[in-house]
Amino acid sequence: MSEALLEVRHVVVHHGQLKAVDDVSFTLNEGEVLAMIGANGAGKSTLLRTIAGLHRATSGAIAVDGHDVAKTSPHRRVQLGISLVPEGRRLFSSMTLEENLRVGAYHARKGPFTIDRIYELFDWMPERRRQRAGQLSGGEQQAVAIGRALVANPRILLLDELSLGLAPIVIERIYALVPDIVAHGVSILIVEQDVAQGVAVADRVHCLLEGRTSLTGVPADLTLEQIDHAYFGAELSPTPPPGAGAP
Amino acid sequence: MTWTNVVIQGVLIGGFYALFACGLSLMFGVLKVINLAHGDIAVVAAYVAVFLTPHLHLPEVWAFLVVVPLFGLIGYLVQRTLIQKSIDRDPFTTLLVTFGLSVVIENLLLEIYSANGQVVNIGSLISQSWHPTSIVYISYVSLTVLGVAVLVLALLQLFLSRTGMGRLIRAVADDREAAQLSGANYRHVFGIAAAIAFATVALAGIAYGMMTQFAPTSGGVNLLFAFEAVVIGGIGSLWGTLVGGIALGVAQQIGAHINPQYQILAGNLLFLLVLAVRPQGLFGKKTAFA
Amino acid sequence: MKRSEVTIGRSGTVSVRRSLRSPLYTLISAPIVVGLLTVAPWVLPAQFSTTLTNFYILVIMATMWNLLAGYAGMVSIGQQAFVGLGAYATLYFALKGINPFVTIPLAVLVCGLIAVPVNYLLFRLRGGYFSIATWVVADTALLVVGTVAVLGGGTGRLMPGLQNLSPAQTAHYSYLAAWLVALVVVFGTSLLLRSRLGLVLSSIRDNEVAARSSGANVRAARRTVFIIAAAGCGAAGAVLTISQPFVQPTSVFSLQWAAEMLFVSMIGGLGTIEGPIVGSIIFFALQQSLQQQGAWYLVIFGSVAVVVALWQPRGIWGAVRDRFHAEILPVGHWVEASPTARRRPWRRRATERSTAPSGAPGA
Repeated sequence: MSEALLEVRHVVVHHGQLKAVDDVSFTLNEGEVLAMIGANGAGKSTLLRTIAGLHRATSGAIAVDGHDVAKTSPHRRVQLGISLVPEGRRLFSSMTLEENLRVGAYHARKGPFTIDRIYELFDWMPERRRQRAGQLSGGEQQAVAIGRALVANPRILLLDELSLGLAPIVIERIYALVPDIVAHGVSILIVEQDVAQGVAVADRVHCLLEGRTSLTGVPADLTLEQIDHAYFGAELSPTPPPGAGAP
Repeated sequence: MTWTNVVIQGVLIGGFYALFACGLSLMFGVLKVINLAHGDIAVVAAYVAVFLTPHLHLPEVWAFLVVVPLFGLIGYLVQRTLIQKSIDRDPFTTLLVTFGLSVVIENLLLEIYSANGQVVNIGSLISQSWHPTSIVYISYVSLTVLGVAVLVLALLQLFLSRTGMGRLIRAVADDREAAQLSGANYRHVFGIAAAIAFATVALAGIAYGMMTQFAPTSGGVNLLFAFEAVVIGGIGSLWGTLVGGIALGVAQQIGAHINPQYQILAGNLLFLLVLAVRPQGLFGKKTAFA
Repeated sequence: MKRSEVTIGRSGTVSVRRSLRSPLYTLISAPIVVGLLTVAPWVLPAQFSTTLTNFYILVIMATMWNLLAGYAGMVSIGQQAFVGLGAYATLYFALKGINPFVTIPLAVLVCGLIAVPVNYLLFRLRGGYFSIATWVVADTALLVVGTVAVLGGGTGRLMPGLQNLSPAQTAHYSYLAAWLVALVVVFGTSLLLRSRLGLVLSSIRDNEVAARSSGANVRAARRTVFIIAAAGCGAAGAVLTISQPFVQPTSVFSLQWAAEMLFVSMIGGLGTIEGPIVGSIIFFALQQSLQQQGAWYLVIFGSVAVVVALWQPRGIWGAVRDRFHAEILPVGHWVEASPTARRRPWRRRATERSTAPSGAPGA
């Protein structure tokens, strides 16, 4: 296979004096879904934001198609095919649903995702298109945020903590879209605190603990016990609970 | 002067205040910057119209055709250089820098053109007015300025709500980072907003020069009025600024009617009253409040 | 800006002490300087004492502005309101027959009292809107005072109570008054900043969010500072009136004072006590040399202030202090790990690092 779509090599990111990401390396290949899991404060969101260009890495390299993007500003990275759906949705609250999508489309690349395509993907949207984004429910806002990122036709979609503040059934419905998005030629990097969700949807898993990589692998090869250990940094229970094993 | 006339004059001047203030409002809403030199830019535009456009063999009354786009360009450049640099530091710095610029501009004008009052020459138009009744008079200039103000505000509102760049401006005002993630170069968007602000205030400055005498310090007093109009009407609302401007104008005319000394004071008192009783203004959305 | 890796061992303890009660050279030179300046009017030609009097007035105003902006984070372009109110309070009491020099503390009191309701009004606004609102307050004060006929209305009025003194005596006594008030203000501010309130202010200056979450009552601290700054500017106004006995609204309420306070503090060094003094010295030097050129000195001074704000926000004294670790009026603290700590003991200056209040990271 040719070089990876996204390559992150020995990246270190500081938040002021705190080392939020400590020597993390991984690759994302075309058509893959990679789940970055870890506890709160493990550095996952910081890593994502650094890939999107909102933070500057202290050291290390980030490359798209082999080209280093360290010096590229965030809005230009969108042109290179990186789109981030930020933590907390961050919709433009004074604007309508459709206007939010149109902002995303203004600097879009060429590709299959148009606003109409988004309306097909989320069939409830067309009739609510003129509603102010601030008035939508949490799940609806999350969908609009994803739509806004998709409409730019990214090659790499970064999803930051989709499940925060949402009801389980809403989370399920959103994650059900992932295969569809991948089918359109988008590779996905998901950050999740909810391990089960992350592991269920991913081709590969990468766990962070206090900024450092604690585990990588394919879900089928990993036990729940191993993931717990990597997530929390300690044994939770000496024997695995009944019914546990490969997810 | 009857009370009807007082109100009418107030409305007329209110339109001017709104034109003057919409740039201030835009810069605060989008860039989160209070440009303390805002008023002085208007005065510079008036000086340019009077002293520099004659070199282009253009009658002063048409000077705005050249000056307004010129100031739009200047606004873009000033934002991308000085203002952006101070935004990158902190809001504190923007206040200090714009205040410093204001003092520098005023004193430069004072040195170059002296403190004498100037006017933009519009020939005989200045004294012509309309008399709908025997006691009410509306000068053509003031009426035109009100018309221009409403037109500019309407165009600006349309621009913000219907065009792609307008949406970008609103997006950046809502959430700058999220706008970046959607591909917007926020510095460029800031530049456009500043260009609009400079252009509108330049137009307002020339209008001011047509209505009355101006001098190097005129910027300061108009900045005060513009700010009061924005706060009374409500920060974040363009039409609110128009209403605020009119409210201010009417208050000032009422004060002047009682005693000419009370004109500006009446406006200040209205402002302080709104601040005490309803700080978000009449139509305010965004907050700049503690 | 220097950074330090904070690596204190958990088992160690920490001791805090003042950063030297006062460096030796200050303790020796201060009385000498004070003594010299006190006898100056009898020794130097008259125009020098007048210049020095104006210098002291500027130092008072700049020190107060610096307290407001550099420590409490409030940019006011309306302090001239209190300069004017102090001046008019002095005039008012002098008209009632009180000795002009005795009116100074009265003027201070009046300004402090007026500041309380004004403060409640102004604190409804933040940032740039607060700033312009301070200007509106100053403008309003000017207009209101201008309508009071007994105080001279718009044209102004001469201060009574000084006519029985010769011009030389007036100059000498107003010099002493200005000098005394300046001393009180500068050392008072220094003491304030060494107090608990000062610690709160320094923490607000460095990082407001952190200060709040450490339990500092930011709002109360700001209110206190606002009132103190008002009182201080009132004192400046009172002294101003005594030295230039013709009181006129447009001169005592002039925006020029705001510009001077601001430029002087910025160039001298925001967030330091020595900064306003250094800035005032530079200002007067510039003003003296450019005296013939009318308003050019303001153009130059303003441009320098803009340049300083953008490229060297710590001002001249800030740069000197960074380079040479010099301090004339120290207000900081040293934090030392105690010798029982397992890790290497290290030192770090706790409260002095930044000057202009920096926004919270990521803001």
